[in-house]
Amino acid sequence: MSVLLLLIILGVLTTLIMESMPSIKSLGIGYLWGKVWDPVQNIYGAYPFLIGTLLTSFIALIISVPFSFAIAIYLGEYNPKGWLSDLLKNTVELIAAVPSIIYGFWGLFVLVPLVRTLEMKLNILPYGVGVFTASIVLAVMIIPYGASLGITLIRMVPSPLKEGAYALGATRWEVIRSVIMPYTRSGLFAGVLLSLGRALGETMAVTMLIGNTTALASVFKDVIFGPGNTMASVIANEFAEADHTLYVSALIELGLVLFFVTVVINLIGKRIITRFTNN
Amino acid sequence: MENTIVKAENYNSYFGDNHVVKDVNISINKNEVIAVMGPSGCGKTTFLRGINRMHELIPGATSKGKILLDGENVYDMNAIYVRAKIGMVFQRPNPFPNLSIYENVIAGYLLNGIKVSKADKDVIVERSLTSAALWKEVKDSLHKKGTFLSGGQQQRLCIARAIAMQPELILFDEPTSALDPISTSSVEALFHELKANYTLIIVTHNMQQAARVSDRTAFFYMGELVEFDDTKQMFTNPADQRTQNYITGRFS
Repeated sequence: MSVLLLLIILGVLTTLIMESMPSIKSLGIGYLWGKVWDPVQNIYGAYPFLIGTLLTSFIALIISVPFSFAIAIYLGEYNPKGWLSDLLKNTVELIAAVPSIIYGFWGLFVLVPLVRTLEMKLNILPYGVGVFTASIVLAVMIIPYGASLGITLIRMVPSPLKEGAYALGATRWEVIRSVIMPYTRSGLFAGVLLSLGRALGETMAVTMLIGNTTALASVFKDVIFGPGNTMASVIANEFAEADHTLYVSALIELGLVLFFVTVVINLIGKRIITRFTNN
Repeated sequence: MENTIVKAENYNSYFGDNHVVKDVNISINKNEVIAVMGPSGCGKTTFLRGINRMHELIPGATSKGKILLDGENVYDMNAIYVRAKIGMVFQRPNPFPNLSIYENVIAGYLLNGIKVSKADKDVIVERSLTSAALWKEVKDSLHKKGTFLSGGQQQRLCIARAIAMQPELILFDEPTSALDPISTSSVEALFHELKANYTLIIVTHNMQQAARVSDRTAFFYMGELVEFDDTKQMFTNPADQRTQNYITGRFS
């Protein structure tokens, strides 16, 4: 079975590479930093989407990390047992199970008006939809990945170590900061990488909220608050209407790039976890 | 009376509804080495952990009665302060794996955020490691991780870590049960030297060890303090039948 899965993945990779060949041949490596994406003129540059993907993912990460760490510390150390702890832990894990399109709806009906109000206060064009809105939804979606690994790791910290610190007169917080954090550091980092991997590939909710423009804004605040696009959202939006070979191939090449980025991020994360659990 | 450092008055400990330590009254003098022995599950470790208020860290654990440290009830003091003031060494050596030997010794200062100058730190580290009979072995590798040391060395490092906080009283919870015989004797030899400056309370399930290292011995059975007497007296002529039975190996 696992061999079959391996074959499928290799097959996916081969197909991606084969189908991207026309685009790779005619556009070359310049595809990655071409700023213009204009299928009508047959010009394809992936740069705006690369930036869009990285930007949404990293903003989402910045928003989600404090939450997932706080959840991990609370459910791992302050309240590791009992019905409340179980309920909260299950709820956090349930966040991962909600279909992405539901998050899209929630974003459209709840977040977009809120962000629009914020943008008006900040004197920015009140699009509502855009990179920032997509990032917030992404942040919520990836919280469980960091948090649930964090909870497990924090519960794994050997209690003699914690007791040693308590016996020296450490407070709860000092034990967390000086014993639990250093002990779980690399594992928590791996959790962050896994949630990053998740954020990079997320498609549906992002497509619904990011505003879908192929041009990269020139002003920084518009890059953050204005509409944008990610690799995944462009593929989702345009694949059905891609009507000639190079267009299709350029979209598939986007998929290939995304595939590589997420695989690499995931491999690094998994490696850290393996090394961590072996010690 | 002024020679008393620790005194328990009607001290009781519980895990939930489980009554583990029952009405213990004991008075321990300064610079004594006290062995606390008894069969597994007799409450000896729980009693020890009540002295520096480590017991209450376990969810559901409670206690009743008084533990007087220099005449003051530790249950009226701040728990953090009590734990910083009383040294404790555990069953398994537990140096902090992310800290060097040097940092492990001053871990109590680092953890509590007490600012100490570099020169003072050097003094504390050298003095504590010397007291723990470890200085000669590690003085050239102070900045290596403490976890590279052997088990016995790690345990002495933990003793140095406790000494560094300048406690009057150090609690040992079966400190040699995870060590090999050679490391055990190195730690036992240390007890004799520490006695000059500190009061030691050592929980042990090893009767020979209690006989070797202690001045007085407390025998716990089923949560009660059955007998507390001069070690020689207790091992040659115990007053209570249950002590007699334990010493002669009728139960363990």
